[in-house]
Amino acid sequence: MHMIWKLLVFVLFIWVIVGAWLFEPPMMGVEGPEVYRIFYFHVPVALVTFFAYGLAMYNGLMYLNNRRLEYDSRSALAAALGTIFCALATLSGSVFAKFAWGSFWNWDPRETSIVVLLLVYLAYFALRSAVIDAERKAALSAVYSILGFISAVFTIFIWPRLTPGLHPGAPGDSSGRFISMSTTATIVFIPSLLAFIILFVWMYLLSVRINRLEQDRAERET
Amino acid sequence: MRRSSSTWPTRSLAVLAKDIKSELRTRYAVGAIVMFAAVTVVAVGFSLGGIALDTNLQAIMLWLSIYFASAAGLGQGFIKEEEAKTSLSLRIYAPSGAVYNGKLLFNLIILTGLGLLIVPLFALLIGLNVVSYSLFLTILTAGLIGLACTTTLIAAIVARAAVKGTLFTVLAFPIILPLLILAVKGTQKAMSAGARFSDGLGELQGLSSYSVVMLIAGMLLFDYVWND
Repeated sequence: MHMIWKLLVFVLFIWVIVGAWLFEPPMMGVEGPEVYRIFYFHVPVALVTFFAYGLAMYNGLMYLNNRRLEYDSRSALAAALGTIFCALATLSGSVFAKFAWGSFWNWDPRETSIVVLLLVYLAYFALRSAVIDAERKAALSAVYSILGFISAVFTIFIWPRLTPGLHPGAPGDSSGRFISMSTTATIVFIPSLLAFIILFVWMYLLSVRINRLEQDRAERET
Repeated sequence: MRRSSSTWPTRSLAVLAKDIKSELRTRYAVGAIVMFAAVTVVAVGFSLGGIALDTNLQAIMLWLSIYFASAAGLGQGFIKEEEAKTSLSLRIYAPSGAVYNGKLLFNLIILTGLGLLIVPLFALLIGLNVVSYSLFLTILTAGLIGLACTTTLIAAIVARAAVKGTLFTVLAFPIILPLLILAVKGTQKAMSAGARFSDGLGELQGLSSYSVVMLIAGMLLFDYVWND
């Protein structure tokens, strides 16, 4: 059963890599359409980031509900993985910004919101390291992950829609063609999204298992 | 049933009265906020050295001063209880909802004072070219209410941590950032030429929904922070 998922993610990534470089670029009729190929990697990674943070908050809520420390470590693992994906989304977005808008950083609303997300979770880990007692750490970081998620919803979904920006899809962007994706773009984008989600879930389940084994060993040693 | 609904507000007010009384004795929060407000505004004005700021920068500097001044005073509300070892007796005598409400009201009063102090000071020393006063004051009020709702819960979290030092600023900044951005945008609109109240409706909607969500989150989550 595990083998099927691993094969699937392998096949999907090969398809995505081939498709992203060999098919026609996702956005036509824009200046320098080749630059937009990064879309196949940047957007799925950014979506997985948000999904990971949602998972961290869900595990935090589960901890507050039934006070089992296992949920707290899951919440921390999901947030840690989400931070990696968030850094990747920031980097890939920055590379795109350099070649599409002329500078690695423009303080566009989208760019700012991904940095806010990164700050929320760096603060989350700062809080975790500031509390010693395991149960108190779990409760406080669960509450903070909920607050962070609310802040993320405001900076990602509400604010960029109020302000004009450079990012495709923002109000005021003349080349906003994300809604009218071509069919060749869809047959690469959807597999790419699936591949990144499966990859994330795989990484998450592995880290949960490693964490559980480490705790078992620690218990046996004491 | 009737009894519990009548004691709920009185208990919240009792917590508020206790905080005001202890504040009048030590004047810690008021002192910190007055000093911080004066120092930030004077430092900004001094380093500008008489250069006139354009209205966009005025709005940004005003909200940054408000944020740092409030971070100086509001973070102390719960730390004080932990340090004076009074938090346990407060936990016994008052339900957690009343503690949250009382602290929130106290923070609101402090922030109102801060607004009354910092805005005239800013207008005198640096200058505020407000066009639509109604929009400016509504954005200011909405922003301060949102600030109180958010900082109360974060202050409670910080007080429970082992290392308190700079934790409040670290934790509060990413959570308050959407509020700061909306408040700055709204204030800039109130200062742009020919501004009318309706120009800032989007920002006002954003600010009020943020405050309501944070208030509800605070009420639901405070219990988990306060009692372990």
